[in-house]
Amino acid sequence: MRKRMPSLLNAGRSRGDGAHTVRARMVILLILVLSLMITLFGRLWYLQIREGDHYAAAASQNAIRDVVTPAVRGRILDDKGRPLVNNRTALVVSVSRTELMRMPDLGTAVLTRLAKVLELPVDEVKARTRLCERNVPKPCWNGSPYQPIPVTDNATTEQALTIMEHREEFPGVTAEPTAVRQYPAPEGANGAHVVGYLSPVSDDELSKQKAEGKKDLQRADEVGRSGLERTYDADLRGKSGVTGLSVDHLGRVTGTVSETPPVAGNHLVTSIDAKIQAITEQQLDEAMKRARATYDAGNTHKNFVADAGAAVVMDVKTGRVIAMASAPNYDPSVWVGGISPQDYKALTDEKAGVPLVSRAIQGQFAPGSIFKVVSTSAAAESGYSTKANYDCSPSISVGGTTFNNLESRGYGPISLQRALEVSCNTVFYGIGYDMWLKDGGIFGKTPKDPMVTMAKNYGLGAPSGIDLPGESGGRIADRAWKKRNWEQNKDTWCKQGNTGNEYVDKIAKENCVDGWQFRAGDAINFAIGQGDTTVTPLQMTRVYAAIANGGTLWKPTIGKAVVSPDGKLVREIEPQAAGKVPVGDATMKYLQNALIGVEMNGTAAGVFANWPNAQMPIAAKTGTGSVYGKQSTSWFATYGGPKDGPQYAVVMMVSQGGTGSGTSGPSVRKIYEALLGVDEKGAIDPGKALLPSPPADLPHIQADGTVTPVSFHAPSFVSPPHPLGDGDGRTVGVSAFGPGALPPERVTYRTGRGT
Amino acid sequence: MNLNLRLRPASRVAGFGTPDLGRLAPVFTPRRSITRQIIQRDAPVRRLDWLLLGPALVLSGVGSLLVWSATRNRRGLTGGDPQFFFKRHLLNLVIGLVLATAVAIIGHRRIRAFAPIVAIVAVLGLFAALSPLGSTVNGARAWIQIGAGFSLQPAELVKLGIILCMGMILSERVDTGDLARPGDKAVFWALVVAALPMAVIMLMPDMGSVMVIAMIVLCVLLASGARARWMVLMFALAGAGAAAVVHFGLLSEYQIDRFRAFADPSFDPGGVGYNTAMARLAIGSGGLTGQGLFNGEQTGGSYVPEQQTDFVFSVAGEELGFVGSAVIIGLFALLLWRGIRIALHADDLFGTIVAAGVVGWFAFQAFENMGMNLGIMPVAGLPLPFVSYGGSSMFAVWMGIGLLQSVHMRHAGAFKSA
Repeated sequence: MRKRMPSLLNAGRSRGDGAHTVRARMVILLILVLSLMITLFGRLWYLQIREGDHYAAAASQNAIRDVVTPAVRGRILDDKGRPLVNNRTALVVSVSRTELMRMPDLGTAVLTRLAKVLELPVDEVKARTRLCERNVPKPCWNGSPYQPIPVTDNATTEQALTIMEHREEFPGVTAEPTAVRQYPAPEGANGAHVVGYLSPVSDDELSKQKAEGKKDLQRADEVGRSGLERTYDADLRGKSGVTGLSVDHLGRVTGTVSETPPVAGNHLVTSIDAKIQAITEQQLDEAMKRARATYDAGNTHKNFVADAGAAVVMDVKTGRVIAMASAPNYDPSVWVGGISPQDYKALTDEKAGVPLVSRAIQGQFAPGSIFKVVSTSAAAESGYSTKANYDCSPSISVGGTTFNNLESRGYGPISLQRALEVSCNTVFYGIGYDMWLKDGGIFGKTPKDPMVTMAKNYGLGAPSGIDLPGESGGRIADRAWKKRNWEQNKDTWCKQGNTGNEYVDKIAKENCVDGWQFRAGDAINFAIGQGDTTVTPLQMTRVYAAIANGGTLWKPTIGKAVVSPDGKLVREIEPQAAGKVPVGDATMKYLQNALIGVEMNGTAAGVFANWPNAQMPIAAKTGTGSVYGKQSTSWFATYGGPKDGPQYAVVMMVSQGGTGSGTSGPSVRKIYEALLGVDEKGAIDPGKALLPSPPADLPHIQADGTVTPVSFHAPSFVSPPHPLGDGDGRTVGVSAFGPGALPPERVTYRTGRGT
Repeated sequence: MNLNLRLRPASRVAGFGTPDLGRLAPVFTPRRSITRQIIQRDAPVRRLDWLLLGPALVLSGVGSLLVWSATRNRRGLTGGDPQFFFKRHLLNLVIGLVLATAVAIIGHRRIRAFAPIVAIVAVLGLFAALSPLGSTVNGARAWIQIGAGFSLQPAELVKLGIILCMGMILSERVDTGDLARPGDKAVFWALVVAALPMAVIMLMPDMGSVMVIAMIVLCVLLASGARARWMVLMFALAGAGAAAVVHFGLLSEYQIDRFRAFADPSFDPGGVGYNTAMARLAIGSGGLTGQGLFNGEQTGGSYVPEQQTDFVFSVAGEELGFVGSAVIIGLFALLLWRGIRIALHADDLFGTIVAAGVVGWFAFQAFENMGMNLGIMPVAGLPLPFVSYGGSSMFAVWMGIGLLQSVHMRHAGAFKSA
């Protein structure tokens, strides 16, 4: 002992014999005491150094409450600066849940009084203030329980005053002005499917963001869920301000730890023109009304249902979308302040046609005869002479199946142009069949399938890449698809072969054994845009825009520029060419002429009777797509503009809407009339042209947030003054909150200790 | 040997009186200047163990700051004066220093004679606390309110009394030179003397103090050189006692909950587990260097209950960080090492026992307190010596320091080693 710890215990010798035993005992005591202290030291190291970060994070949650000041979201403007989506001041009545929970009756009395003042059902008010959890149906509060929960966002001034003047009756209730989305519908343009909507940030998004180490989203934020609001969410959203308040264990505010002011979101300038959008929507509506008044004599023997429709106006020189309508439509303001269950049900109701779905980019329909431009391109590029004549017989019989012409009418030997003009199916049947035979039929080793290839080259079968979320790509029913489809379904088909119904069994058996085969009938159907091939209206607009501009396939865009709240250009969204259609100039010219022929002497001639073709040539193609078990799809695909070069492609589609020329045609004409300033009789008045060409410049957003619209190319532009402000040089309706006028901050403090 | 013999004033006990009174003389000499008293080789100040006194003073000083920080926002406690507890802590420290000086001057050997009186007074105090005179704080009836906002916790004094009484009984025959180690009878009676107040404290119930006293008894027995079988018996008794307590349900609900919360940190986070969880959170968030004195969010937000007393260490953890907290543990280690050194060098067994008893007391109480702050010990109502706010504790631990200094000043090597 003495040797081991000489310096520590070196002087104990006063009691002689006993000294070494005392020393031994004291060493034991020392070891005991030191081991206790070392234990403490180790634990201290573990808590503060090893696990320190974890505890620091937990502690900061404990002691700091974040109060979020929402940023004003940027506006969505049309090409001239008219706001498609604006912000308005809403009187939001909010309830502090933590305060309610402290009341003996958990706030029931207060909520009941509040419901009475707001003239809302008590149950609804209660439902809105409960927290969203598993098994809790909507409406419920998805945000932080510390954040005031909005009960309504359209309280009247009287209601707000009642609440604020009787504070003692409404503890924990606040009424404050807040910026919420507003849809001013300039010129009557709705654009619900284009602009999209917002909804509160979800727990999943917050936890995902946390995992990625980002801090962009706050609990109270709303996030773009659809349309432009979603695609350009990061630009529009801005950044919420966060005030970190330190609170004590009772939730009393002891000070301000940090303060980040909100940053207003940027504005999005789009290529949508509110006036054209409004007319497009209106005309789509007219087309559907027309269809519903038309008797479907050939098929279902009742009036057309016209359950859905879409129309797209595109600038063929840039691929920018000028207008995009989808029917059925809905009022986007149902989303503001949280959608009600009834409204949501209505938006997703099958019987109402699921208004939430944008038919223009998500609807997939058989293209029918408007597909023939693809077939013609493929034929001409594969050596089928544009100078030769092809037999337009009433029907064609292949392998025991008869394929009829429309109404079994024959035209005899005609050119490809004439075949397009009269929309002769049998000519394209013949070419499709011939191509299929050249490829070696079903068992062709290296099939070229020129029409399939051309369809893909025109961008069909894949999403166009428009700056809207959720776009469908359509489907090209080629050999590969047939095989995939057969592999997925053969088991079902093989089981079905025993129903006793001879016809059904035969079909099922055929499908079961060789449903993978790309048969002659498939090739023949493909040639006229029938069969299993589907397209979206936007894809077809893009095809016709490509023909119009000589073959450039644009990536469609709606966003034109992102502009900061004080009017500085943040970035321009340049149009992007996705590729060039592999069609030679001669073929392209031929095709363009043929389509103008359709309008002058063909199936679209009636629609464009007395049209000033010399000044404003229009190329058109009608289509009537057959759908198994449904009424036919009406298509009308066009492009046109001034003589020196077409400006717009306009495509309209009405599902279960009858013929292209009968249903959609007149509406498309009306859209051209509005765009180019042509009246019903064919007289041109440049002053009435709403948009002879898209504005070259961006609208000028001033530092105070007001918008100066771009000037017009059109001379002597006259338009009736519009009460909301207009595109004729005056300042357009300004948002409720300019960049300098942020909404009043919500100041509340949080209670309860977060353990 | 009978009990009467044990309890009579030990005036004839060897080691008391003769040589030491002479050595004590300078303490009372008023003629010497203060300078000389300090400079002079045999000046009592130079005989003090500064390495013992230093850590105790620093700990008390740091304690006053931590107590201040913990209470400055608690208006309900301070009555509006943020420095109320700071001032009171310093006042307690001054009283403690006066008591320590008195104890050191009187000397442990003279106090030895009065040990039974100290013990009896302490036990009477315990009974008073249990009687209608006493008051209940945090589930234990362990306080006597004496007016003007002051209250006494007799259990603190009991710890001193037990050390002194046991030391007196165990050392008597050894210090007279009769025996090399305490006889079994002496050990028996010493244990009886310890068991009586322990039983009373159990009734309060104040399990923390019971544990500390058990630790004191263990250290005293160890220091006395009692046969190892007594130690074994002690452990056996402790085990049996614990089993009996659990089996017969002698623990009250709140104590069981404290243990449950210790075993399962997620137990009752809003109640019993809350204290420990908040303390751990505060300490954990301190990190390496802490958030700075008066800057702790948890402390400033009053998240940790009882933070100026039993949970004062969590203030150190949060505001002074690992470095500051480790220094506190280090100061305790230094203080305890000096205590053990004093016990080793004591001239007589009584001195050794007293010093070792005080060391055991400080060591275990500090360990239990910091341990429960750190979540490695169950919560028991024990203050951190020197650091926690609380008069009784402050007085008692400084009297303990006084005893240690007394033993140190009076040992034969004091002149050389001081």
